[in-house]
Amino acid sequence: MGVGKLLVANRGEIAVRIIRAAKELGIRTVQVHSEADSLSLAVQLADEAVDIGPPVASRSYLNIEALLGAAKATGADAVHPGYGFLSENAEFADAVEAAGLVFVGPSGGVIRSMGDKASARRLAEEAGVPTVPGSDGRLEDPADAVAVAERIGFPVMIKAAAGGGGRGIRIAGDADELAGLASEASAEALAAFGDGGLYLERVIENARHVEVQILGDGSDVVHCFERECSLQRRRQKVWEEAPSPALDGRTRQALCRSAVMLAASVGYRGAGTVEYLYDERTDEFFFIEMNTRIQVEHPVTELVTGIDLVAEQILVCAGEPLSLRQPEIESRGHAIEVRINAEDPACGFLPNPGQVTRLRLPGGPGVRFDHMLHQGCEVPPFYDSLLGKLIVWAGTRDRAIDRLKRAAGELCIEGIRTTAPLYPALADSQEVRRGRYHTNWLEGWLQDNVGSLNEGTGDTS
Amino acid sequence: MNDNTESNQQGGSPGHEVRAKLPGTFYRKPAPDQPNYKNPGDGVAVGDVLGLIEVMKTFHQVVAEHDGIAGEFLVGNESPVKAGQTLVVIGPG
Repeated sequence: MGVGKLLVANRGEIAVRIIRAAKELGIRTVQVHSEADSLSLAVQLADEAVDIGPPVASRSYLNIEALLGAAKATGADAVHPGYGFLSENAEFADAVEAAGLVFVGPSGGVIRSMGDKASARRLAEEAGVPTVPGSDGRLEDPADAVAVAERIGFPVMIKAAAGGGGRGIRIAGDADELAGLASEASAEALAAFGDGGLYLERVIENARHVEVQILGDGSDVVHCFERECSLQRRRQKVWEEAPSPALDGRTRQALCRSAVMLAASVGYRGAGTVEYLYDERTDEFFFIEMNTRIQVEHPVTELVTGIDLVAEQILVCAGEPLSLRQPEIESRGHAIEVRINAEDPACGFLPNPGQVTRLRLPGGPGVRFDHMLHQGCEVPPFYDSLLGKLIVWAGTRDRAIDRLKRAAGELCIEGIRTTAPLYPALADSQEVRRGRYHTNWLEGWLQDNVGSLNEGTGDTS
Repeated sequence: MNDNTESNQQGGSPGHEVRAKLPGTFYRKPAPDQPNYKNPGDGVAVGDVLGLIEVMKTFHQVVAEHDGIAGEFLVGNESPVKAGQTLVVIGPG
């Protein structure tokens, strides 16, 4: 099929990343932008730019009609959705294909089946991928909850079958607690959603978040090993690394193989990530969800495998077969990515849009900085706070942490507050150094260390 | 730019200007399918929510600091606002 001109339906650092991959493939680029992004780095780097509307995303980056109009007006033959915005919107994927364009991602049908939690879980089970033990389907009667929970194991999470976004979730540690909470949850769900059906799931305490990068061309699927993303604040990843310091070789192989089986079972095309919870105490992993897009943290995989994931993604979606076979994909050394957000870590992570008055970028051996900044640029308040990602590579995890601390110290962004001061402090934490953390660890550490961040020094004891 | 609504009143302004404390996107309703928090002419009491400002995907309530009657909204729903910009004037009740 081939792609000659790619429209980038996103903004910020990922738009820059996509433009770079496309240029290296000899593909021309069209950057759409809202009125707030007309001077953005992505607009400056793209071959063409099209203003698609007002700052609010619903009228620009989420406006399917405006995006397809821009593609038509510029003669683009492919659309890259990046992450966030419309990247996992099946209607958008369908509309792009219906317009005769290449969607750089899987089909709308695959996005739909992975986007629906129940359907994704069923697909995982059918592919032989372990899922978090739970009630098989809905519990109509809260009185049945205790028997089910005893089968799946305490503690259990009680969710409304009709709910979403964490609403109505309760955790019960034992049968007595569950009996009360289940009827309470059912009554609340009935009032909120008109549906009192419940769903039970075992709580994996102090779980680690590991995920497998996969690439598929519609028939073959390969994995590019795992990333660990357990350092999170409010379920937002803060620090990602590859390989996971928690997995042994046997578990890693089983995990990666299960991700390939799931992706292959749906004939996956493009780049995707299969996310898991890993229980270190029992050495078990459980499927959580599949993300059918390129992810923010993809560069750590690129640094350990040497694969340009965005270029591969574009090529397979343009109809080419995978350029790599599994035995050719190796992981070497260790990579860490940290997210530089326009948020003030000393002030409850308050968003901090504004003008960047001074910018000094980190560099040197093993350092990569993917970002959207330029001196004097205005960081608008209308979108998420991610400014860039500092990614380092070294031969060992210890050396990678040392390098991260060195490179984070070189980075200087003035005019707005950023999360950069967090990372030298985290690099000094003995628990991070030993890889002994889980998805709830960072919030506790932040509570204990907010004082040191306030002083603007990176030192913790 | 003066963020102090009291001094605005002393300057002869006929009411209390409610200003955006943060830059972002202004919303007049809690969700697209719900009614406005306040319409012109509605009574306003201290603590009432007048709107939301979305800053980098976080939502911050705009809360009335004076009793009175809501005037015309000077910033439309889903429109960009700058910090310090007047959103609405609360007139005497």
